[in-house]
Amino acid sequence: MGLEEKLPSGVLLTSVEKLAGYARKSSMWPATFGLACCAIEMMASGAGRYDLARFGMEVFRASPRQADLMIVAGRVSQKMAPVLRQIYDQMAEPKWVLAMGVCASSGGMFNNYAIVQGVDHVVPVDMYLPGCPPRPEMLIDAILKIHDQAMNKKLGAHAKKEIIQKEEVALKTLPLIESTGLLR
Amino acid sequence: MSTDMFSQSFDTTEGKVYNVSGGDWETVQGGTPGETSRMVINMGPQHPSTHGVLRLILEVEGETIIQARCGIGYLHTGIEKNMEYRNWVQGTTYVTRMDYLTPIFNETAYCLAVEKLLGITDQIPERATTIRVMMMELNRVSSHLVALATGGMELGALTAMTNGFRDRELILDIFEMVSGLRMNMAYVRPGGVAQDLPPGAEQKIRDTVQLLRKRLKDNKSILVDNPIWLLRTKGIGELDLTGCMALGITGPVLRSTGLPWDLRKTQPYCGYENYEFDVVTENTADTYGRFLIRVEEMNQSLNIVEQALDRLKPGPVMVEDKKIAWPSQLALGGDGLGNSLEHIRNIMGTSMEALIHHFKLVTEGFQVPAGQAYAAVESPRGELGAFVISDGGTKPYRVHFRDPSFNNLQAVSAMGEGGQVADLVAAVASLDPVMGGVDR
Amino acid sequence: MSDEKDLVAQEADLTIKSVRTGAFGPSDGADTSGFGGLVNVVTSRPAAVRPFGGWFDQVADALAKALEAKGKSFEQVVSKVVIAQNEITFMVKREHLLSFAQALRDDAALRFEMCLGVMGAHWPNEKDQELHAIYPFLSVTHNRRVFAEVTAPDSDPHIPSLTGIYPANNWHEREVYDFFGIIFDNHPALTRIEMPDDWAGHPQRKDYPLGGIPVEYKGVTIAPPDERRSYHG
Repeated sequence: MGLEEKLPSGVLLTSVEKLAGYARKSSMWPATFGLACCAIEMMASGAGRYDLARFGMEVFRASPRQADLMIVAGRVSQKMAPVLRQIYDQMAEPKWVLAMGVCASSGGMFNNYAIVQGVDHVVPVDMYLPGCPPRPEMLIDAILKIHDQAMNKKLGAHAKKEIIQKEEVALKTLPLIESTGLLR
Repeated sequence: MSTDMFSQSFDTTEGKVYNVSGGDWETVQGGTPGETSRMVINMGPQHPSTHGVLRLILEVEGETIIQARCGIGYLHTGIEKNMEYRNWVQGTTYVTRMDYLTPIFNETAYCLAVEKLLGITDQIPERATTIRVMMMELNRVSSHLVALATGGMELGALTAMTNGFRDRELILDIFEMVSGLRMNMAYVRPGGVAQDLPPGAEQKIRDTVQLLRKRLKDNKSILVDNPIWLLRTKGIGELDLTGCMALGITGPVLRSTGLPWDLRKTQPYCGYENYEFDVVTENTADTYGRFLIRVEEMNQSLNIVEQALDRLKPGPVMVEDKKIAWPSQLALGGDGLGNSLEHIRNIMGTSMEALIHHFKLVTEGFQVPAGQAYAAVESPRGELGAFVISDGGTKPYRVHFRDPSFNNLQAVSAMGEGGQVADLVAAVASLDPVMGGVDR
Repeated sequence: MSDEKDLVAQEADLTIKSVRTGAFGPSDGADTSGFGGLVNVVTSRPAAVRPFGGWFDQVADALAKALEAKGKSFEQVVSKVVIAQNEITFMVKREHLLSFAQALRDDAALRFEMCLGVMGAHWPNEKDQELHAIYPFLSVTHNRRVFAEVTAPDSDPHIPSLTGIYPANNWHEREVYDFFGIIFDNHPALTRIEMPDDWAGHPQRKDYPLGGIPVEYKGVTIAPPDERRSYHG
């Protein structure tokens, strides 16, 4: 569209952000990227008992061009990683990635030659969901948190400011191995 | 010709080959009219209808498949090598994730092989064996439900999908009650099962079985004589007995040719010789026959579950030998599921041996005498065999699973070639491969 | 060390498969636990002597007859018969594997219609027999199972392919090639099946590392499973 890129920051841009965010989160279509056991739990969340249709997400779009949310459900092997990247590249902006399960988040129990240790080596991830496999309720919780992110996503001039702020914070944080003594 | 470096054309012994990447159809059509165009199409690893991360490389002429090949390995996890660095009981948690729709079968095959090497096959308590049988048959029902649900979804029958998953939730509730998890339970351990059935489980299972019988009848009536379903599955994906024998196919695909080969009857394990059930066969050797077999097998499994419930007698669920038996007696406490207070009182206050056993078993694990063993179970997809090699230590030397889906997928070429692309989808759905088991 | 020599002297036909010293796996050199002196020697399984018991004798006799019809003697083809855990394993010499398999499938008394695949194993300490391939056979007619085990040295990892007799072995042999580097001669399309096509190395061999990475936590790094200090019994 580009309209939101041109608006100056202020109340008008905020209203446009809210409207766009509401529209985006209400019918975020997931792309089918079910790989292993987590895929079955993802299908179970789309089924009758843990209904994803109440969030507008029951249409799992096979074509990545029509999808908004890629739920990487399952272990990503070295052979599958280029395919994952290609599907991610084929999705149109705005897109979100949910790493479902420990195998997608960090390699899980498979710390070996065959599994990519976390899909964030391949695609940028917005939400990590641990579990082996995570229960459908946990998946819905993660999806709702992504909906929050989508709802509050900043556009245009606000987005640029936010990026600068995030970068300043990131430059100051200690790497994980050095953040000793902190429980949170 | 196109100057795009991604879509070139080059000459081969078979004629000119064009690499098409979109938007350049005109250059391809420049060929002689009337010449049939052969295309190599990738039904890639990410596809809604290929039952998981299966890559089908199809050479098609129009809509007819000339050659079909499978590309697998997109889910290869290195489970077998990873198990060589974990002890024998931890192997259960790895093995359970191979064929993720039938975790109990994977665990049972592995534990039967390990128990063979330990030499304690006769000392497994009867209650443990009965619980294993019950959980296996419930797993068979839930696996067939997913097979029918995803098969239906791939062919467009979406109600089959929602119904199948709805009924599967009932079984997952039982799994959760008994083992704590819905999937990938790591419940069957070498020597028995991890913990006993909680109070109230037997009644719940009986009620669920009754409810399932009714639901299965309803689900069946959606598809069984449905004209569209018949058109899509009758005569599709045929593989006769010779083909099955040559390709080493077992399971519902073999039984659809008329041969009643079921390991539970022919080479019984876990006491299956004492249960009354029929081996379901059809003689049409096509997708519809396999669908009917799966539907009826679910009913037979529910019969076995009821017989197992009747057979349950109070007793231990772990082998007596304290040097092998998994020490935990779990109970639900204030902070979740953990070692029961009685067990802690026992090991900390009363018995030094119990403390030593608990410590050694959890940190080091038991040692399995050196040797090689193979144990096969009849999983919903065919013969699931666990090969285990031990070098006398606390970690497996080599574990290999002869997974039925890996073997059965070789039949895709035989089933698909000469047919149409849509029929290939039905044929693959009738083979019911689970890519976790194929790639391990 | 003297134990090893004694063991070899006692039973001349047993080979040493592996020797494990100490009780713990990788360490950074200094093992003060006192368990460092433990030596565990694993030898190959002893040969079974006739009569084998049960239907094993029938199968062995039928096999001997079928092989003789092909002009080979039983001892020529099968170097050892091992019976353990109620399973019979024929250690077949790789040159004669095809005649063995043909006899198993075609002979009326044997009729092992199905070969359920191949399993590979790598014993790096077993000189000249490092690579093992184990085949399970199933007879639907007679409801029996037998196993065949073939060895090949690392320097010449060739085993004849059974795809001509049992087409089911196609993918299984590709998998064993992929993971162990055993080259199955006359296989129609011996390529990698599980690993990407351009992968280097054969992952399930014992000289291939597990390939894990150390995991960082707050202030601590945990080594991958193959580099951690842990019991190996």
